[in-house]
Amino acid sequence: MNALNIKNLQKTYKNGVNALKGVDLTVKEGDFFALLGPNGAGKSTVIGIIASLVNKTSGQVEVFGRNIDTNSADVRMHIGLVPQEFNFNIFEPVGEILINQAGYYGINREEATKRAEVYLKQLDLWGKRFDMAKELSGGMKRRLMIARALMHRPKLLILDEPTAGVDIEIRRSMWQFLKQQNAKGTTIILTTHYLEEAESLCNNIAIIDHGITIEQTKMRTLLDRLHLETFVLYLANDIEAIPDCKDYSVRMIDNTTLEADVNATQDINGLFTTLNACGIKVVSMKNKTNRLEQLFISMMNNKDGDANEVVTR
Amino acid sequence: MNFPQQMTALKTIATKEYLRFIRIWVQTILPPAITIALYFIIFGEIIGKQIGDIDGYKYMDYIVPGLILMAVITNAYANVVSSFFSSKFHHSIEEMLVSPLPNYIILLGFVSGGVARGIIVGTIATVVSMFFSEIQIHSYSVTLAVFILTSILFALAGFINAAYARSFDDITIIPTFVLTPLIYLGGVFYSIKMLPEFWQNVSLVNPILYMVNAFHYGILGVSDIDVTTAFVIIIGFIVVLYYFALRLLRIGVGLKP
Repeated sequence: MNALNIKNLQKTYKNGVNALKGVDLTVKEGDFFALLGPNGAGKSTVIGIIASLVNKTSGQVEVFGRNIDTNSADVRMHIGLVPQEFNFNIFEPVGEILINQAGYYGINREEATKRAEVYLKQLDLWGKRFDMAKELSGGMKRRLMIARALMHRPKLLILDEPTAGVDIEIRRSMWQFLKQQNAKGTTIILTTHYLEEAESLCNNIAIIDHGITIEQTKMRTLLDRLHLETFVLYLANDIEAIPDCKDYSVRMIDNTTLEADVNATQDINGLFTTLNACGIKVVSMKNKTNRLEQLFISMMNNKDGDANEVVTR
Repeated sequence: MNFPQQMTALKTIATKEYLRFIRIWVQTILPPAITIALYFIIFGEIIGKQIGDIDGYKYMDYIVPGLILMAVITNAYANVVSSFFSSKFHHSIEEMLVSPLPNYIILLGFVSGGVARGIIVGTIATVVSMFFSEIQIHSYSVTLAVFILTSILFALAGFINAAYARSFDDITIIPTFVLTPLIYLGGVFYSIKMLPEFWQNVSLVNPILYMVNAFHYGILGVSDIDVTTAFVIIIGFIVVLYYFALRLLRIGVGLKP
């Protein structure tokens, strides 16, 4: 069964802004799904409509086979939302925010208290349970919203830029937590501007721009479209000039650093062999930029052309 | 959601609303107590002695019901309008909107907070009035019924105001320019029999007149208006405002773009 099925979703706001011109999306149950797009593409509007925070103009939305127009309450029972903006009462204690949220789903206080303890401990907020929400740091507030969204144990968790403004250490711990939730069977839809995050976590991806879906595919399939990857190579010894690397395009950054392009028909071992032959030893390497980021930027730059004709540099 | 789940949700919102105004009692409970005491001192003790009796009661005793009801009206209204608008302003209302809560539970939850504050402040106003007046309650059932129904009515009105409000200015305009004049012209400080006939008829358009007079009857046993008519009007307003507020929630006025 599909966790989410969206057909020709359209939204025109009262001020005339045509935010969605026809979004189509399908998310399978159990998926970890990335919904990407530049600012203003319509991602948050799509999420708002799914979560009943925005009225759609037309189109069809089904969550686990239930139509949001005819089974709205049932749909909402299965969705957990982590919105982009903080939307809790900052003058309430952290623990109360979670217990109240569970109460809105008809969960009694005793059960809600137990669940709050579990999630607060898992998200490292247990020590803050009596503190007012306004006293939390930005990262803690983000984790509080994740805990809150899970209180009713939703089958579909939607995260709208959950790690915005969060330091890398906490971000990675959040990734770990979300992976665990997904492994337990929760379908997750993630929007983010950290494309490394989407590449690392998600199995499938959709890209929307100007209110339409311009791409929906497997993450692997999309990344395979990279015709060229650029690597930064750190060398064991100083070099004086760019070595002759035959078919590989190599640039010298400084005496101990090279930048090399490897296209789809080449492999990285061939580059190492060539460098070895020149007496150059590589001690470490990295991708110059995140692969998904390269693709995304190219797609945005080439959006009038064929999305399959992505050549990156 | 089944019925027990809905009741759990209602209890959650009602408790949250109750704790909200109790937590800030210095802003919500104390000022009305001081204001009502000042009304008794200025209008009852100082000015009232110059006025004489109305309907056979000392002026101080005559204004007690109106002042208590004024406290109930303003606090029931203020609680819901400020709480619901703040929820919109901070977007914390989204916590409820994304949940499967039926609209009527959201509405009743907020209204119950307003009713609770109206009753608490009204009770405090009654206690304060005992220091200045020796009133005997004529009908406990009428007094209690008007007390609760008026709280419900103005809590609903506060909800509707908050639903339409886009700024904090919008939640002060109605209380300042509509509610306060209607209260003052609703027979809190005088009997409409003291007015010329034309203004007596104009006063009959003011819904607050019916509540104040029903409350007068409950406490003093005198009223300018037939009490049954007053109850019909109060309950009629409650029904209309309730369904109107539900409609606003269903459409998402002020809540959903």
